[in-house]
Amino acid sequence: MIENKKVHKFGMVIDVDKCTGCGACMVSCMSENNVPFKEDESNKKDSITWMRVYKLTNGKSFPETEIAYLPRPCQHCGGIGDHGHSPCVSVCPATATDYGYDTGIVSQIYTRCFGCRYCMGACPYHARYFNWWDPKWPEGMENYLSPNVSPRMRGVVEKCSFCYHRYQLAREKAMIEHREIEEMEYQTACTTACPAGAIVFGDLNNPAHKVHQIVKPDPHPDPMNHKVVGKSRNPNVFRLLERLGTNPKVYYMSEREWVRKAGDNYLKGEWENVKTHHGASSSHG
Amino acid sequence: MKIDRRSFLGLGLGAAAGIALSPVGVKLTDDSSIWTQNWPWTPVPEDGKITYDRSVCNLCPGACGISVRKINGRPVKIEGLDDHPINHGGACLHGISGLQYLYDPARIKTPLKKTGNKFEKISWDEAISLVAQKLGEIRESGAPESLGLITGADNGSMARLFDRFMGAFGSPNTYTMPSLESNLAQTAAALHSADRRLGFDLDHSDFILSFGAGIIEGWGSPVACIQANASRRERKAKLVQIDYRLSNTANAADKIIAVNPGTEADLALGLCAVLLAKNKISTNTLSGDVSKLPFAAMLEKAYTPDKVAAITGVNAADIDALAMAFIKAKAPVAVPGKGRGDAGSLREFAAVQALNALAGRLNKAGGAFVMCPADYLSFPENVVDATAEKGAGKAKLAGSVNELADKLETDGGLSALFIYNANPCYALNAPEKIKAAMDNVGFKVSFSSFMDETALKSDVILPASIFLERLEDVVSGAGLAKTVVGLCRPMVNPVFDTKHPGDALILLARAMGAGMAQSFAWESYDACLEQVTGKIWDTLSGDGYVVINDKPPVGTPRTDFTFLVSAPKAAASNGEGEYTLVPVDKMRLAGGAMASSPFAVKTVPDMVLSGKYSVVEINPATAGVLKDGDIAVLKTAMGRAKVKIGFNEGILPGVIGMPRGLGHAFNNPYVAGKGANVNDLIGPVIEPGSGLDAAFGIKASLSKA
Repeated sequence: MIENKKVHKFGMVIDVDKCTGCGACMVSCMSENNVPFKEDESNKKDSITWMRVYKLTNGKSFPETEIAYLPRPCQHCGGIGDHGHSPCVSVCPATATDYGYDTGIVSQIYTRCFGCRYCMGACPYHARYFNWWDPKWPEGMENYLSPNVSPRMRGVVEKCSFCYHRYQLAREKAMIEHREIEEMEYQTACTTACPAGAIVFGDLNNPAHKVHQIVKPDPHPDPMNHKVVGKSRNPNVFRLLERLGTNPKVYYMSEREWVRKAGDNYLKGEWENVKTHHGASSSHG
Repeated sequence: MKIDRRSFLGLGLGAAAGIALSPVGVKLTDDSSIWTQNWPWTPVPEDGKITYDRSVCNLCPGACGISVRKINGRPVKIEGLDDHPINHGGACLHGISGLQYLYDPARIKTPLKKTGNKFEKISWDEAISLVAQKLGEIRESGAPESLGLITGADNGSMARLFDRFMGAFGSPNTYTMPSLESNLAQTAAALHSADRRLGFDLDHSDFILSFGAGIIEGWGSPVACIQANASRRERKAKLVQIDYRLSNTANAADKIIAVNPGTEADLALGLCAVLLAKNKISTNTLSGDVSKLPFAAMLEKAYTPDKVAAITGVNAADIDALAMAFIKAKAPVAVPGKGRGDAGSLREFAAVQALNALAGRLNKAGGAFVMCPADYLSFPENVVDATAEKGAGKAKLAGSVNELADKLETDGGLSALFIYNANPCYALNAPEKIKAAMDNVGFKVSFSSFMDETALKSDVILPASIFLERLEDVVSGAGLAKTVVGLCRPMVNPVFDTKHPGDALILLARAMGAGMAQSFAWESYDACLEQVTGKIWDTLSGDGYVVINDKPPVGTPRTDFTFLVSAPKAAASNGEGEYTLVPVDKMRLAGGAMASSPFAVKTVPDMVLSGKYSVVEINPATAGVLKDGDIAVLKTAMGRAKVKIGFNEGILPGVIGMPRGLGHAFNNPYVAGKGANVNDLIGPVIEPGSGLDAAFGIKASLSKA
């Protein structure tokens, strides 16, 4: 039984303006989590990347062209109203993916998964990947695999776990020492690798954590859309497809309006409303 | 017995009840669930105690500190070292994937000897005596200068050991592959004095004027540069990027100045001319400088804003405004070296550094530092006999590695060649020509860890342990404004039958006997390192690094403008065609002697590599009949390649950008055989006076395949 009863809500905020698209987060993730690789990885539809960096452009022609890089791990959705009914968790017939109410982390249990891929269809963020083949490492390379994350097999779905094993290790250590986990004790592999310091990770429920201070999550449901909880009160912070009410725990930050607008698909005129609404619920604060 | 309806139903119900109550069903279900979850072919990594070890990465000149996580002594993960003065915990994707190089399919597992067209395994003893015998013959023939060396880096104890070997053997023919570090050293030698290196204090500058430097794309010490860029916003420091395409650095910049590729030097001189014309150069800045009057006269005459505008494509008013913004900033610095900084002409590097000199930015915080190289190695006197003295006194065969290929084609070239930490048969322009030239060298010895393009051409391979398997001092350089010596430590025993290249040299010298053996009297490389780093060894081995210097050097160095006064104009790119093809450096593709890891290649977007095709960037406005995603044939005077067209609004019209680092041809299916090598399409243009390959861009044509 876990003695640590305090409910965490782990999340991250990624500063899109700081991200240089260097790819360190992607490789750190692959190396940390025993993600395999194939001879040809240029077909990105079957290339397993728990963390994937997307390139966005503002669509204008040179010299007004701007680009932005958007790293996309699993968004660890809380589902409508943030009650733990993430899109993928709701559809899994095998309980292979589950919502951790003590951490807010969406898990994936490979040995339970039988590969129906409903979750992949349900995920609006393409964060889930299917193992079409068994992983194959060149001779000897299996030697660098980490025992903290099981290698997967053909026929199962996998995704980012917010480096849950790092949480487990930190939690065990804290429990033995009869104390709470410290902010820097549990950090994901992508966060620690980022040379630009673009990723901040921590407990969204803990006001002392940097991620909370940047995001300033609104504890009340959005008055205009009750599905949405935890909307940021920082006008530069947004979530991907926020209006769906998936309530991701991954937030993005940009000073550039076109980047914030790229976080969702807006009909003509819609953005103007959303833009002015953003941060309007600060009256709760 | 008659089976009636009653007994049939009875039996049926009985059987159903029996099956339901029997444990067989449950057992079978249980078994099948266990069986279906039995994946004996899926590895189960061994668990154990977690430990962390400190070391330094030497995959690139960045010299970042790394932390290696081990399970029961088995390395499983590389991360940036938190308290390291260069990278402060950050890491790049190549360093993080370092463990993949340990088990790379292209690793050379034992010493090899080429017989006919095939490599044959030999023992270390055989290999060493074979090489020693050949070298002995060369020395006996009285022409020790016909031993050549091509090496990657110019600093640290390994470079010194190779120099020592060449010195004791008696050959001046050492050639360094072009790198940002070597380009900066050559710039310092031309403008200031020999044996200096240049550093750019990006961390403290408030106005960085980058002449195409890929500051967040692998230029210099990549992690340190990315961090310097990330802190710009808080420091309110500006970045102005001069570029011909919307690189990631240009995108991150506050302002982009679009310039015709290859005319950066002219723009830098144009900026100097504006400063001069507006009397913005303080007189004491130029006191003691050499050739300042002819330089000023040249600027006045040939680099007026209008003339520079015509060459560079930047309009005169913008040149004027840029020069004023530069001089008005508190701590401006001009940064040379397009992309990763290993290409370009000396004229370009020198022109940018001249701007720093005229603006009074030498040896000032946030400016350009003219630094003494780290002086921490003290080797005992080299034993040089009469043969060696005579040989070493002869003139070098060629001025630079770029010119070597031509010389090798003629008679009287080299009779033997060492290749260490370099892959000229891939990384230099026109590699086919280099390969052909290599055929003219009788005996080639490679110290490579991987069977790359150059190792494939050699006759004997003395395989080197990689950085995770060996001890070595790693000196920072590559434009970093501080000097840090780090210690790379063995994280694991050599996975294959490889040796430290230092040990291979010591064995070789010992086998050659006489003076050579005396010069290399150490028991092992490790013992040698401990001796030669004497002064700092305790700190180095204790802390893992020593900060030699992190302050601006004292005093203003003298600047000699003679080279710039006489420097030839940039040669126009040769060949024919309506486009200019230029190489593009990408952070996710490794450069130089190092090939990318499988992980790094996996991260390469399909806008750069698609299947087996390199994707070339082209502005849709000048694409003609070609459409996005078309397969096209790209032709230059040097060769042709099938490529995929990728429309990019952010590249100058008429320019084709092709990624560097693809098109490797060796046995690693995860990395090689992907895309085309842009160097195959570009011919070297040797710059007179420097020997550098000034080719940046070549005329090219595109047609639909």
